[in-house]
Amino acid sequence: MSILLIAEFDQQTLKAATRSAITAAVQLGSKIDVLVIGYNVNAIAQQVANVQGVTRVLVADDAAYAKPLAENFAPLVQNLSSNYSHVIAAATSFGKNLLPRVAALLDVDMVSEVTKIIDASTYVRPLYAGNLNATVQISETIKLLTVRPTGFTAAKDSEQSAPIEAIASTGDKALSRFVSENIQVSERPELGTASIIVTGGRSLGSAEKFEALMSPLASKLNAAIGATRAAVDAGFAPNEWQVGQTGTVVAPDIYIAIGVSGAAQHIAGMKESRMIIAINQDPDAQIFQWSDYGLVADLFDVLPKISAGL
Amino acid sequence: MKVLVGVKRVVDHNVRVRAKADGSGADMASAKMSINPFDENAVEEAVRLKEAGVATEVVVVTTGAANAQDVLRHALALGADRAILVETAEHLSSLATAKVLREITKREAPQLILMGKQAIDDDAAEVGQMLAALLNVSQATFASTVKIIDGKALVTREIDGGQETLELSLPAVITADLRLNEPRYIKLPNLMMAKKKPLETIAFADLNLSTSSKVATIHVAEPPARAAGKMLNNVQELIDVLQVQVQTNK
Repeated sequence: MSILLIAEFDQQTLKAATRSAITAAVQLGSKIDVLVIGYNVNAIAQQVANVQGVTRVLVADDAAYAKPLAENFAPLVQNLSSNYSHVIAAATSFGKNLLPRVAALLDVDMVSEVTKIIDASTYVRPLYAGNLNATVQISETIKLLTVRPTGFTAAKDSEQSAPIEAIASTGDKALSRFVSENIQVSERPELGTASIIVTGGRSLGSAEKFEALMSPLASKLNAAIGATRAAVDAGFAPNEWQVGQTGTVVAPDIYIAIGVSGAAQHIAGMKESRMIIAINQDPDAQIFQWSDYGLVADLFDVLPKISAGL
Repeated sequence: MKVLVGVKRVVDHNVRVRAKADGSGADMASAKMSINPFDENAVEEAVRLKEAGVATEVVVVTTGAANAQDVLRHALALGADRAILVETAEHLSSLATAKVLREITKREAPQLILMGKQAIDDDAAEVGQMLAALLNVSQATFASTVKIIDGKALVTREIDGGQETLELSLPAVITADLRLNEPRYIKLPNLMMAKKKPLETIAFADLNLSTSSKVATIHVAEPPARAAGKMLNNVQELIDVLQVQVQTNK
């Protein structure tokens, strides 16, 4: 088994989701080449080289790769794929955008959102928003997978450094062009990979109250802040904070749901959390069915007390 | 500009799907079926483009059994002009579905192809990107706004950590997120009108494509239920629990 893994990073840092994908790759085989596609990415390549389990780092450094456009990235991955049994990316918006395009270029079907690896060709993935788990087997010669970061721990750094090799660019296909981005820069941990998450629902009442009650608690716990779809739609929190089937799927060690009713599409995005703690005014809220610990209380009364008491 | 919209018939999002007792798949018997919600956003967007004078015709397409006509009628009631059913009783993989859409695209020559970012049954989110690759055209997944300006599509996408805006050459494939729009409520006269709109059926066999898939589902099961939790009596108990958990987590 030889595995090609597509790295994802921001300006300075390899994403934790890629480290999780490396852990999944280690379960599939021992030869793991990580492909870094970008522009001026020497520092990222060096970070990748130091991650445990990485055999070799391939770097495609070109201005055409300055932004992750699937139209430009996919032909490069396609060209390299024939040398590998598996091509993997994390099931993030980046990996989910890219890998199906590569699959069609290779004329193969693929498996998305793998949560568990059983053997080299057999995996578990969720269906129906996590209401069911399917065990699937793929018989393509080149197996393309996206893996859910929440299903695999992040690979750590090692003492050794893997060799780094440059590979040629496949250039700009000029089909699409990056215009702008609006990325929230936050001091807090990233939602998808945070070990503690505090999530607020619509019963927080307003954007101001959401901020005033959630921020101190998140700071105390060094937690990421999440929000329900209802809270996002009401304008209390930005889109990228949404936890659920259509937002980010999370599985932190501790998930604290505050004023969250427990709609099915929300549960689908957080039920794999190791410990779930819920606070809600409504004793009949669905969220309590999914919680390890529950407290029925007035949010506005108890949240400041919790923040102060920790 | 012609717009093609791919739609899928799926179990209604309010239905709690269970596994068949033998683990061979999801138990769909008598479950209520609906248009995939994300596909409904895609149809709505296409109809709005037509209402804004940008699109000239909206064609919806699906593949499935004869009963998939109901989701096409739903799309026609939302305002699509005509519909195509590629009829097959076989389950099609994402790649096979993308190839069906490629054949219809060749025939219809749309400038814009819209569909939902994923179907809520298999949650794969693959078909749009695969179709874009097969056609060698641009793509924008998880779209929350779409504007057509000077023969290009300006699309804002929902990505991890924020949004990104891309400019796509046309033709392009765009997959819709829920935030793209709020699909309209269908009024009775629109439902009646939809029955009179053209709906063409094409036999899957006539497209000379294979249904064989190299991804096999070998078992389907419900995830293990969580053990019953403990209700706490007061805020101090909750603080104590949190302190212990945070400590053991370090």
